[in-house]
Amino acid sequence: MAIQEHAAAVPTAGVDVPDVRLVGVRKTYGDVVAVDGVDLEIASGEFFTLLGPSGSGKTTTLRLIAGFERPDKGRIELAGHDVTGRPPYSRDVNTVFQDYALFPHMTVAENVGYGLRVRGVGRRERRLRVDEILKVVQLPGLGERKPVQLSGGQRQRVALARALVNHPQVLLLDEPLGALDLKLRQEMQIELKRIQRAVREVGITFVYVTHDQEEALTMSDRLAVFNEGRIEQIGTPAAVYERPENAFVAGFVGASNVLRRAGHTFTVRPEKIRMTNDGGARRDDENAATGRIRDVVYAGMFTRYVVDLDDGGELVVVRQNLETSSTEALDARGRRVLLEWRPEHAIETKPQREEKHESV
Amino acid sequence: METRSTRIGLGVATVAVIAFLWLPLLLIMAYAFNSSTIQSWPISGFTFHWFHEAWRDPEVRKSLTLSLKVGLAATAIALILGTAAAAAIYRFRFFGREAVSFLLLLPIALPGIITGMALNSFFNFGGVQLSMWTIVAGHATFCVVIVYNNVLARLRRSSPSLIEASMDLGADGWQTFRWVIWPVLSTALVAGGLLAFALSFDEVIVTTFTAGAQTTLPIFILDNIQRGQQLPVVNAIVFVVILVTVIPVTIAQRLTGDTGVLRRGTAASKAAAAATGGGAV
Ligand SMILES: Nc1ncnc2c1ncn2[C@@H]1O[C@H](COP(=O)(O)OP(=O)(O)O)[C@@H](O)[C@H]1O
Ligand SMILES: [Mg+2]
Repeated sequence: MAIQEHAAAVPTAGVDVPDVRLVGVRKTYGDVVAVDGVDLEIASGEFFTLLGPSGSGKTTTLRLIAGFERPDKGRIELAGHDVTGRPPYSRDVNTVFQDYALFPHMTVAENVGYGLRVRGVGRRERRLRVDEILKVVQLPGLGERKPVQLSGGQRQRVALARALVNHPQVLLLDEPLGALDLKLRQEMQIELKRIQRAVREVGITFVYVTHDQEEALTMSDRLAVFNEGRIEQIGTPAAVYERPENAFVAGFVGASNVLRRAGHTFTVRPEKIRMTNDGGARRDDENAATGRIRDVVYAGMFTRYVVDLDDGGELVVVRQNLETSSTEALDARGRRVLLEWRPEHAIETKPQREEKHESV
Repeated sequence: METRSTRIGLGVATVAVIAFLWLPLLLIMAYAFNSSTIQSWPISGFTFHWFHEAWRDPEVRKSLTLSLKVGLAATAIALILGTAAAAAIYRFRFFGREAVSFLLLLPIALPGIITGMALNSFFNFGGVQLSMWTIVAGHATFCVVIVYNNVLARLRRSSPSLIEASMDLGADGWQTFRWVIWPVLSTALVAGGLLAFALSFDEVIVTTFTAGAQTTLPIFILDNIQRGQQLPVVNAIVFVVILVTVIPVTIAQRLTGDTGVLRRGTAASKAAAAATGGGAV
């Protein structure tokens, strides 16, 4: 029932023509299968994230959409048109590169205006549109600088402006915040969301690549979890986090708290577990477990406890430091505890795909 | 942790090295204007006479023409082959890539005398008549490396996605070449070309093995110094050679903005060595 509610919250892919559509796309490099039969539909104006570990095929998928690579198999459609064989310059798509790829010999304004100049937009209008977009990315007045004279965060904004000024149908971003330090990255996440909302009315769809699950969860309308060139799950952040379909998704998005009960596999999120001193009671309860705290990681706002279960395996528990001090938290090491959770928070997962793969 | 005394010590050392490199050059340049035929310091008077003399000498003109032609041809070949090689090494990962890169760089590390002898035997073996083109081939061995290094360094310092970024923003191949590739590479090409020309223009060792009876300007200088003939005229020519090599090297340095360009000693210091070495005879 809950799943259906979430499906309704998903932007209306399938009703309109999707902005981006991948059908059975496969791409190999020699023996390496980089993308292995990916199907995707991304709706217009959506913020869609490709999330996965390094080497899982996210960049390759993005490059296939941009047209830098041709798929070995499958079809790529933009707004209902098959663009599989088209070069990058005849696709209405722009990319923000991870290393920004700003043209070093051009000023900021020339960089941003490049796409317009190539399309033959006159000098006057180019100036206006460049100034306008530099305001949107909050870099007014920096038009005459060269890229080397900018900070990392400013270059990032120029790269964004250079792509957005063309009003592409789809904007591709490959780990655009990866080169920034943590604080700047968090600021830019908020900033990027603000910019995305600002341009959504123009209908620009964001396809965003990251290996950072927190970034994916906070920014996306929907996300696809990649693993070894395939998609493990597609859904809203809440759906993927709360109802991971298999052990891989459960482990990658959040901590891999895996429980085995009567031949089934479950996962419980660390913050959904209540931890109390072991009173010796309720040991037969399906939604409880006893064990001993093996490890304590104090992280300021919260503390992470790793508990060795009496029945084998381990669970990670996260507790806010509401009334706990760091010494109290660290003293908990070695203590016996009872772990409990609500039945609906134990999500049954299918075994990891690799296991399925081997049996074939 | 640098103290005052180390700073002074380093300063003195730097001045000493610069003096060691440049005093002989300045001396020979001063002698070019000496009104006396006897080389002694201070010079006895100031004259442009030796420049006129040199310019009127048909042998000097002939060797100058040959040097210019060889320099231009070797530079042109170096620009084409060097750029192509750099692009291939940068773009493609292929079997033996490292080996190819090593083989390209080797001629610059190899003593000129070896390169020269090898080429000489090769031309003999192949029955190739020594001509301007054999000199050009000899010079191309190290000129190609200069351009190759300059272009490769520039490519490696540029973002690998520049071309893709241009295409992504709607530019076709020609627009990308004109607005991105050319502006990014042009200074490296000009710098590499200037350095290659400067190296070719004052090369002696490889040239002696590939020139046969022909005389390039540095060979002319060497011959005359060895025979102790027309020393004042030679000084005037050396003056010009120094300018023709120092100026391109300076411009090239400005263009690339780095000092680590691999080369066989600077062209200028070699000219000085040749000239002052002879002057003492
Ligand atoms: N140009 C390429 N040549 C060879 N292998 C590649 C190339 N690009 C990607 N791969 C391989 O394809 C796989 C997926 O890479 P990629 O799409 O870059 O992953 P991600 O972006 O998720 O880290 C990796 O195993 C990678 O090594
Ligand atoms: Mg990647």
